[in-house]
This record gives sequence, C-alpha cells and structure tokens, in this order.
Amino acid sequence: MDTHPAKRVEIIIEAIMERRLSEALRKVDVTGYTILPVQGGSGRSGTWSRAGQVGRAQGMLAFVCIVRAERLDTLLDAAFAVVKPHIGVVSITDCEVLRAERF
Amino acid sequence: MNVVDLALANLLSPVILSFALGVVAALARSDLSIPEAIAKGLSIYLLFAIGFKGGVSVAEAGLGWQLVGALLAGLVLSAALPFVAFALLRAMTGLTPLDAAAVAAHYGSISIVTFVAGTSVAQSAGLNPDGWMVAVAAVMEAPAILSALWLVARSGDGRDMDADLWREIVLNGSIVLLVGAFFIGWITGQDGMARISAFIEAPFQGVLCLFLLDMGLVAGRGLREARGILTAGLLAFGVTMPLVGATAGLAAAFLLGLNPGSAMLMAVLGASASYIAVPAAMRVALPEANPSIYLTLSLGVTFPFNLTIGLGVYLAAAHMIAGG
Repeated sequence: MDTHPAKRVEIIIEAIMERRLSEALRKVDVTGYTILPVQGGSGRSGTWSRAGQVGRAQGMLAFVCIVRAERLDTLLDAAFAVVKPHIGVVSITDCEVLRAERF
Repeated sequence: MNVVDLALANLLSPVILSFALGVVAALARSDLSIPEAIAKGLSIYLLFAIGFKGGVSVAEAGLGWQLVGALLAGLVLSAALPFVAFALLRAMTGLTPLDAAAVAAHYGSISIVTFVAGTSVAQSAGLNPDGWMVAVAAVMEAPAILSALWLVARSGDGRDMDADLWREIVLNGSIVLLVGAFFIGWITGQDGMARISAFIEAPFQGVLCLFLLDMGLVAGRGLREARGILTAGLLAFGVTMPLVGATAGLAAAFLLGLNPGSAMLMAVLGASASYIAVPAAMRVALPEANPSIYLTLSLGVTFPFNLTIGLGVYLAAAHMIAGG
C-alpha cells in the first residue's frame, strides 16, 4: 500500500486553552486535528491526575495534528504563540499517512 | 442556642461529616471516588435547586431596596477584598507580586459550593435568607479578577482582558445555571414549586452530602499534594483571610439591615474563595502565576476551613449582629 510522509504534531496543553488553540489553528487553515482527554501525568509542576479536578483550569488536553512537512512551520508558529506561556509539551514526529490529499 | 452550640451543630451535621469523610478517605489514600460525570450531575442539581428556591422566595416576598444595596455591597466586596488579601499575602508570605495578585483574586471572588452549603446550614438553623442572595453571589464572581489584574499592572506587568475571557468568566456554567434557575423560580413562583418540589426539596440534603463527600475527596487529595507548597505563612493566610472577608460581609449586612440568614450568607460570600471560575481566568490571564499555590490555598485550606469551622462561626456571628 502506498504511504506518504507527513508530520505529526502533538500538543499537550491546559484544557482552558482548547478554544484559543483551535481558533489559532483554524486561522492558519489547519482545520484537521483531534483532541484527546489526558488522564494524568508528571512534569516540572509535579504529578497531576484527572481524578478530582473540579474545574477546567486544572485539566489537560492533547491536540494531535497531522500536516504535510511544508505546512509544519505555519502550524508551529500559530500554536506556539498560544502555548508558549502555558504548562504543556509540544512534540513533532515523522509519520506516514495513507491518503495524502487529506492533509 | 448559643454560639458554641450553633458551631457544633454545624460540625456534626450529615453534610459536614460527609465532607470530613471525603477528606479522611483521600488523606488515607482510599480508592473511594465519585465518578466525574456523577459529581457534575450533582453540582447541576444543587445549583438548579438553590437558584430555583431563591427565585420562588423572591416571587413571594418581592424585591426591595435591600436587593440593590446588597448587589452594590457584593460588587464592592469582591473588588476590594483582593487588595486586603494582597496586602496580607505580601506581609505574611514571601509570594511575588504576581503570585500574590493571583491568589488575591480567588479571595475576592466566591465559592458557589460554600454558598450552597451555607444556605443549607442557615435554613437548618431556622433562618430564611433572602432568595435574591443568589444574585449577590453571581455579581461577586468577576470584579475580583479585575482588581487582581490591576494589582499586577501596578507592579509594571500589564495584562489585557480579552473579550473571550470576559465572556468565559461572566457566562461560566455555574453562574448561568444559578441565575437561570433563579429566574425560572421567580417567574413560576409557588405554582412552579408545587410542580417540582418533590425533586427540588426532598433530595436536596442527601445530594449535598454526596457532593460534599466528593469535594472532601478533592480537598483531601489537594492537601496530600500540598507538601512543599504550603508554608506556615500561606496556611495562616488561608484561615485568616476568610475571617477578614466574613467580617467585611457582616459589616455590609449590618449597614444594610439584612436579616440574620442573609447576613450569614453575606459573610459566607465574603469568606469563600473561588476554585473554579477564577483559577480558569488566572490560567489564561496570568499563566506565569503558580497554580499550585492558589488552588491549594482556596481548595485545600480555605474551603475545608469554611465548611468545618467557618459556617458555624458565621452563623453565630450573624445571629449576634443581625439578631434572630
């Protein structure tokens, strides 16, 4: 089966920033992404668990976007402007997709 | 009933004991938990019930000048208390101006759960708070955030409040539900209450017990993870500031001539600290401020203090000041 190279960007960010990040991505025509709930984790701010969170301020989400390599910088510039001052992680990995025309 | 009896009666009520159970279970690392969706459902029920009952009581008793005075007092309290909190934090702790301002915002705003619990305690003690105290709670949510941002700007670190953030604060789900239910109760009055009283009144205390059990679990987990964050100064602030806020609330109630039940709720609103709306606003407006500090203080220290000790004290103080 033919596969095509692409970039997979994963952004773990505070749940309260969901709409702001979505809008920033839409403004640069990155309209394809998936938002996943995050159960918990540990980092510079200590351990964190979804259990017992009473407001969205304490929750985290994962944005997963897959784009063509030439669109990567546009996506990162837009995302990083929103993410920079906040708790979170941005990572990029190489991946393969089956239907290149969709990205 | 004297002051000590009132405080003890509150402490030994099923509602507060349920909260204590949650705290103890979390501290003991029990796997007891309330599923997230159920906790959310319980809070929706409580906010609807308290808002609806408030609206019905206004439909019966009508509105008076005291409502306008209480709304203004609520706005002033919410805007002014962050300045007091900021000064205390700077004097009692080593927090930076940014962290101190972020914490201060929480103490000008309110905890709607503490308000609901306070209403329940007041009614159990035979007091009848005015139904429109719900509206006072609603207007106290946001002004404190502006005060905190002004405090940060004064220290040379100006921040903008964009329109989206305003909308999120003013139209947060808890306030929309509370105020919306208040208007439904006001519009439908006793006729509406007669139709849904079996749902609104009888299960209320039991639902509040389960909800506070969950809040106890949340507060207990917060306390467990607070080691290394809570200094003696912060801990002292977390129990001093509610008393300062309650005193300010009682003073306002006294000046307005509110009845003992409303005076108690004014004290509760002054004493409580936000842990839902303001943390969310602070994460957007002041992301560099340390969320562990303000969440631990408001949810792990002040919220349990208010529920276990504060409500009884405010009830007794309201009795003494406003009569009844």
